[in-house]
Amino acid sequence: MGSAVTTDIDRREVVAGAAAGLAAAALPAPAGAQAGGPLPPALPVSLTVNGEARRLVLDARVTLLDALREHLHLTGTKKGCDHGHCGACTVLVNGTRINACLSLAVMHEGDAVTTVEGLGRPGDLHPMQAAFLDHDAFQCGYCTPGQICSAVAMLDEIGRGVPSHATGDLTAPMVLGAGELRERMSGNICRCGAYSNIADAVAAVAGSTP
Amino acid sequence: MRPFSYERAESPAGAAAAVASRPGARFIAGGTNLLDLMKFQIETPTHLVDIRHLPLRAIEDTPDGGLRIGALVTNTELASHPRVKRDYGVVSRAIVAGATGQLRNKATTAGNILQRNRCPYFYETNLPCNKRAPGSGCSALGGVTRSLAVIGTSPHCIAQNPGDLAVALRVLDAGVETVGPDGSRRAIPVADFHRLPGDAPEIEVPLAPGELVTAVTLPKPLGGSHHYHKVRDRASYAFALVSVAAVLQRDGTGRVAFGGVAPRPWRVEAAEALLPRGPAAVVAAAFEGATPTADNAFKIPLAARTLALVSEEGRA
Amino acid sequence: MRFETPAGPNAVDRSTVVGRPVRRIDGPRKVTGTAPYAYERHDVVADPAYGWIVGATIARGRVVRVDAAAARAAPGVLAVLTTLERDALPPGLRTTLPLFGGAQVRHYHQAVALVVAETFEAARAAAHLVAAEYEAASPRCDLAAEAAGAEPVADRDGPDYPAVDRIGDFEAAFAAAPVRLDAHYSTPDQTHAMMEPHATTAAWTDGRLTVWTSAQVIAWHRGSLAQALGLPKEDVRVESPFIGGGFGSKLLVRADALLAALGAAAVGRPVKVALQRPLIANHGTRRAGTIQRIRLGATRDGRLTAIGHQSVNGNLAGAFAEAAVAPTRLLYGAPNRDLSMRLATLDLAEGNDMRAPGEAPGLMALEIAMDELAETLGIDPVALRILNDTQVDPRKPGRRFSERHLVECLRVGADRFGWARRNPVPGAVRDGRWLVGMGMAAGFRLNLPFPSGARIRLARDGRLTVETDMTDIGTGTSTILAQTAAEMMGVPVEAVTVRLGDSDFPEAAGSGGQFGANNATSGLYAACLKLREAVAARLGFDAGAAEFAGGAVTAGTRSVPLAEAAKDGPLVGEDRITYGDLDKDYVQATFGAQFAEVAVNRFTGETRVRRMLAAIDAGRVLNPLTARSQVIGAMTMGVGAALMEALAVDKRHGFFVNHDLGGYEVPVHADIPHQEVIFLDHPDAVSSPMKAKGIGEIGLCGVAAAVANAVYNATGIRVRDYPVTLDKMLDRMPGAA
Repeated sequence: MGSAVTTDIDRREVVAGAAAGLAAAALPAPAGAQAGGPLPPALPVSLTVNGEARRLVLDARVTLLDALREHLHLTGTKKGCDHGHCGACTVLVNGTRINACLSLAVMHEGDAVTTVEGLGRPGDLHPMQAAFLDHDAFQCGYCTPGQICSAVAMLDEIGRGVPSHATGDLTAPMVLGAGELRERMSGNICRCGAYSNIADAVAAVAGSTP
Repeated sequence: MRPFSYERAESPAGAAAAVASRPGARFIAGGTNLLDLMKFQIETPTHLVDIRHLPLRAIEDTPDGGLRIGALVTNTELASHPRVKRDYGVVSRAIVAGATGQLRNKATTAGNILQRNRCPYFYETNLPCNKRAPGSGCSALGGVTRSLAVIGTSPHCIAQNPGDLAVALRVLDAGVETVGPDGSRRAIPVADFHRLPGDAPEIEVPLAPGELVTAVTLPKPLGGSHHYHKVRDRASYAFALVSVAAVLQRDGTGRVAFGGVAPRPWRVEAAEALLPRGPAAVVAAAFEGATPTADNAFKIPLAARTLALVSEEGRA
Repeated sequence: MRFETPAGPNAVDRSTVVGRPVRRIDGPRKVTGTAPYAYERHDVVADPAYGWIVGATIARGRVVRVDAAAARAAPGVLAVLTTLERDALPPGLRTTLPLFGGAQVRHYHQAVALVVAETFEAARAAAHLVAAEYEAASPRCDLAAEAAGAEPVADRDGPDYPAVDRIGDFEAAFAAAPVRLDAHYSTPDQTHAMMEPHATTAAWTDGRLTVWTSAQVIAWHRGSLAQALGLPKEDVRVESPFIGGGFGSKLLVRADALLAALGAAAVGRPVKVALQRPLIANHGTRRAGTIQRIRLGATRDGRLTAIGHQSVNGNLAGAFAEAAVAPTRLLYGAPNRDLSMRLATLDLAEGNDMRAPGEAPGLMALEIAMDELAETLGIDPVALRILNDTQVDPRKPGRRFSERHLVECLRVGADRFGWARRNPVPGAVRDGRWLVGMGMAAGFRLNLPFPSGARIRLARDGRLTVETDMTDIGTGTSTILAQTAAEMMGVPVEAVTVRLGDSDFPEAAGSGGQFGANNATSGLYAACLKLREAVAARLGFDAGAAEFAGGAVTAGTRSVPLAEAAKDGPLVGEDRITYGDLDKDYVQATFGAQFAEVAVNRFTGETRVRRMLAAIDAGRVLNPLTARSQVIGAMTMGVGAALMEALAVDKRHGFFVNHDLGGYEVPVHADIPHQEVIFLDHPDAVSSPMKAKGIGEIGLCGVAAAVANAVYNATGIRVRDYPVTLDKMLDRMPGAA
């Protein structure tokens, strides 16, 4: 079956920020709406995101995750916990997967960041994205970008001889068995519980047995 | 997270001087622990010195046949290094038993052994905690303690050291090299690196202000079989209830350290000397004087059973 | 369309699109990260301000003072709203709890302030400057201690939710039974732990509120916000096209939505708020922990003569009980029964719905009890369940099940799983350092008929657009709606656009209680019949005789392309499914048989699940691909319930200590093996014109018990207090040496 149809969210008027209408008269009057002091000075950072050079000027506290989501509007990278407990924010930095929530954007000067948007687009899917679609390897979709980025990077790690907790002989060539696949993907939590299908999807791309 | 200023360090000694010269300054490298704590304002640095680009990323042989691991070597790089896999399997295994692929790609060797504890009350910022607010009291006492330490604790703190790598390093008698703000260097045995809480639980490591960890050194290989078994409720991505790091020799002797049970990696040399007499004897001696709670007393028999498993692996 | 008599043959029976493994129509967006969730609506709101919620740090008492001066003066702060500045706002629908306003604190992390700032970082930092002072009372939060004073529970809602069920003479029959089981079980508090936190972007335009939020039932959110804010519901618009999981947590409005609205009003600008993850477990709702007593009396040949099931749980005053005895009402036959519940008052986060409420924790206990009874009787656990199957409502023997194929689930499941290879002697099978065992359990969950509306429009180009405020929380609803429209109108699924989750659209059942799929597609079925009539009228066909297939309308020898009907303008069909009394005449339910093989490390007691299989009877399966996902996801959640999930209560301070995804462990990849799912093919003509039933929750029912029973079979250790963690087994594990 094709996949051309999608929930339509494309035709909406944009509500402008400061120009929004006034509050309902029925509501209690706002208390103390005066602004506080100025924000701390911002720092410049230049990085390459999905192949495109981006220059940002950011509060040093902005994480790589929030830089992507709030400043570059690349919301494919998800915030599930903001504390390194879920993996929804997994992106590739210089080809390596990390949690974008536990990284300051200003520390990524010169880095190349790849997000799920950089892997493929609707109609031009990365093989991993296509495999997730074919195997119904997701449900709500919120952990999915992280799972996909993680899976892509994980296959590369196998190739580089990075061991895992499931590795038997540390010095033997790495083979992506079912146990290895599941252990190496364990940094990406899926509460919808698509794990069995995710394993199938990743194995299909890797050409291994789930 | 409070506002902070930020700089990128140019040299190790320069970084040390930069941190030493500014109250509230901190080093940042992987950031996986520090940033988490900054979001809760458990850590409130006023200035961050980014050491990520310092030349502390090498793994090199030492003249005595050991290995010198740069402080900024990531957990993934360390676990994947051919010599580490071959000669120090307990290090590789301990690393990959911890966290996740993503976190290990970012976390550094020094940052890992400096990670702070994971006591839930340390994170519950409105409740007392002697590590977070010295002198305020310990909320864990009388609270939810299943994950916490059973030995080495004090009436002021019962948090456990959550590390895996540190347990392996303890078994190997690793060393920690540092540079001070004045450029002076020193080496600290890993056995002395993690302190027991005593009456000052907020002091976790013996580093002076601005003192920067530059490397971890491993003595020449011990041979034997290397084991790291980590017990937890779920199969991955969890801290240890109990872990056992061991290097076992064919003659029945060996070294063993326990993780998840104490404020620091728990190795008692006199206890491990009892290895030929079996795991129960080792654990009885290693945990003598333990003060578990009703919720975490299981850790002691679990330690014995896990050591039995490791011993069986060693015989296999 | 009022559905009052069982469905006859209809267009859905063709199953050219419905029932096929159609890939998710929203899948390309989800796998490319281009599906926008509530906090990500850069497409509709430019430059929102950021809100951060400050939670109470006591469980019970009063807020005496909130000092927000420092926060208000902090960099970038636009406003601080505190709870003492207004009276308690009315609670939303289906909850007892005001979300904001007033001094009273009823649970930890109740919202006491909102900080709104120019940036996320500024809001978060300023929130730490809000200083609240409290008068704290001692919280009641130890269920075991409060159970003694618990009050009997009256009925909740619906014919199959009576809280008390007494038939025959239970006491006498139990006393006289030749074989008896009497055991206590406990299930812990659980949290939904959906991956997307509760989140809302809110904006006011000319006194009307729009919230882009993460809601399972749009109308409930709309009604709740209107009620809390004192607005007519017409002035509240709710949009929720993509939802990052819910499992019941997003049935109720939480403080993110209410405070985003209040914050946006305060600063005259759109505001977005996400509940920070560490706030959710104590601020949101929970699955309430239970203590259950089960008594089973049986003849020596295994027939149940008496079933007693008592459950107690705790909740906020005025909130409802966890209906743990519900599945016991209808799962097994026995002439003498005594089922009842009691409710204690606890000052913890509100106990409310979480996936398969009632059934999930009830079956966690009942299905261990059945395993215990089977062993006592020396009867195979599958056989014992088959022996005690009932085809009627035990309370009303004249009331039959519409379709009930539990026995087939058990037989097919056992066969495919290789149950015959199970060694019934516990602790007898070893694989190296692992003790291996198999366990099984039956599953049961009601099917709930709820009204549901939809609209479908045929455009000039022949494309169909479905509009309904139905939501897709990951269940695949948008896809099965597209399939339904395609089947009914005779077009390929690619010709259908589905627009969901907007309160401007016809009101649907929403997502929850596994009532979404059947009701929402039935509402669309009704709308499609209306559109067929309009098409037939426009083209001059008799609607009853016309066939809609292959993109054309055909009767006899005349065939006209469907698009032709809209050449002078779009045609719209809109309708709503409502239900008569068929649920009073028939029990409508779904059934399952769950099988698990586990290995328990004989040294450490660590349990790892090796194989899982579910056989499910849930009426017509609308899409086997997405239905499988529902079931494997539920099985995964069941493994969590069995082996690791528990909110840990600090009984002194009255809060869940492990309130994040690090402390509250849910299964990860490494915990879950390949999972097999078998669907029986028994369309249910009593359920709806779609002949489908719910599927989102039946997959969870019985899973935890199957795993716990497998642990018993592996080790001989019976753990009756979930989760089955190693510390509860170590002292009974065989010697380690």
